[in-house]
Amino acid sequence: MTARITASVYTSHVPAIGAAMDLGKTHEPYWQKVFAGYEFSREWLKANTPDVVFLVYNDHANAFSLEIIPTFAIGTAAEFAPADEGWGPRPVPTVVGDPRLASHIAQSVIQDDFDLTIVNRMDVDHGLTVPLSLMCGQTDRWPFRVIPFAVNVVQYPVPSGMRCFRLGQAIRRAIESYDEPLNVQIWGTGGMSHQLQGPRAGLINREFDNAFLDRLIADPEDLAKMPHVEYVREAGSEGIELVMWLIARGAMADVAGNGAAGAARKPKVVHRFYHVPASNTAVGHLILENPQ
Amino acid sequence: MALDKPYKDIPGTTIFDADQSRMGYHLNQFCMSLMKPENRARFKANERAYLDEWPMTEEQKQAVLARDLNRCIALGGNIYFLAKIGATDGKSFQQMAGSMTGMSEEEYRDMMVRGGRSIEGNRYIGEKE
Repeated sequence: MTARITASVYTSHVPAIGAAMDLGKTHEPYWQKVFAGYEFSREWLKANTPDVVFLVYNDHANAFSLEIIPTFAIGTAAEFAPADEGWGPRPVPTVVGDPRLASHIAQSVIQDDFDLTIVNRMDVDHGLTVPLSLMCGQTDRWPFRVIPFAVNVVQYPVPSGMRCFRLGQAIRRAIESYDEPLNVQIWGTGGMSHQLQGPRAGLINREFDNAFLDRLIADPEDLAKMPHVEYVREAGSEGIELVMWLIARGAMADVAGNGAAGAARKPKVVHRFYHVPASNTAVGHLILENPQ
Repeated sequence: MALDKPYKDIPGTTIFDADQSRMGYHLNQFCMSLMKPENRARFKANERAYLDEWPMTEEQKQAVLARDLNRCIALGGNIYFLAKIGATDGKSFQQMAGSMTGMSEEEYRDMMVRGGRSIEGNRYIGEKE
């Protein structure tokens, strides 16, 4: 028996959501509208707790300054501490890694022509901890191991949508060749439309976001052809984070390249949510399950 | 060959590319230093003296002292780095983003609650005219 990817989860990772939880503001009407979209997800996760989550996110100038800018970085450490982003570290548990599986994935994916940076020590910022908080709620201990996978979406050029999609396929091949019968989920985070800088800050594009969700579900390979400039123009300068969702989607069964029978293994949409706003950002969220 | 920049026709938006990053290297690295509590305290105690420890341009230092984030971005700053200054000041991302739009904090927050800034008229420079 090898490891299996059972589901993929997609969510925005707005820092203010973490702050709302950490400061006890979740009951406020403004935040209730956001958290309502995750009530189902928390129940679903309790019923479908994986052994490991492969968590695709971006670092926001916390683990990586301008000294070193890796396009793709895989965390192979035994644990990762929540970063002090300037407000003090979030009061959430240390993230426990899976060094053996992470090293296996690194070896497999690098030999599959994707050049990853291997990171044995890094702190993890809101990009990683806010999705965990959204999905798990407040807890003393995260209920699974996490392999952090950081993508550069801060300094242009970021990787293309197609590169991300193909990388997701390679990550699937790596995980499904691992010699332990682990239940693995892959999460893609960031987005949806938002712009945090300049006179156009506050941009939101509902139509783009919902079309993105539709296409991500139905035809991610076609969606992967979208050029960077379209993300930036339509979804804001920080909307470019959405390329990371294509990594998670590329790791699903129907796009594994196993001919017509494989393509018929469409994921089941078990949850879909969209809300504006959380702070500056449109919140999008999807859960897709692979067929058994 | 110069870098291809297909994003130059987007209004009110600066893409943090290699040219911006080179220009803003020391400005952004100064911001990174504010991740340490002892550095935040030293900066707050004497901003000018702290800034003078960094090989930044005088214009960059003035933009930081004035908390003019649009100017900081024009001079090579990136919002995720500049956010460390806001964090040191106890400001949220929403307050920082709003400060760049010419709107008051309340106006910006209300705009977001109403669904955000519309994409219509905001895709291309000059579109609104």
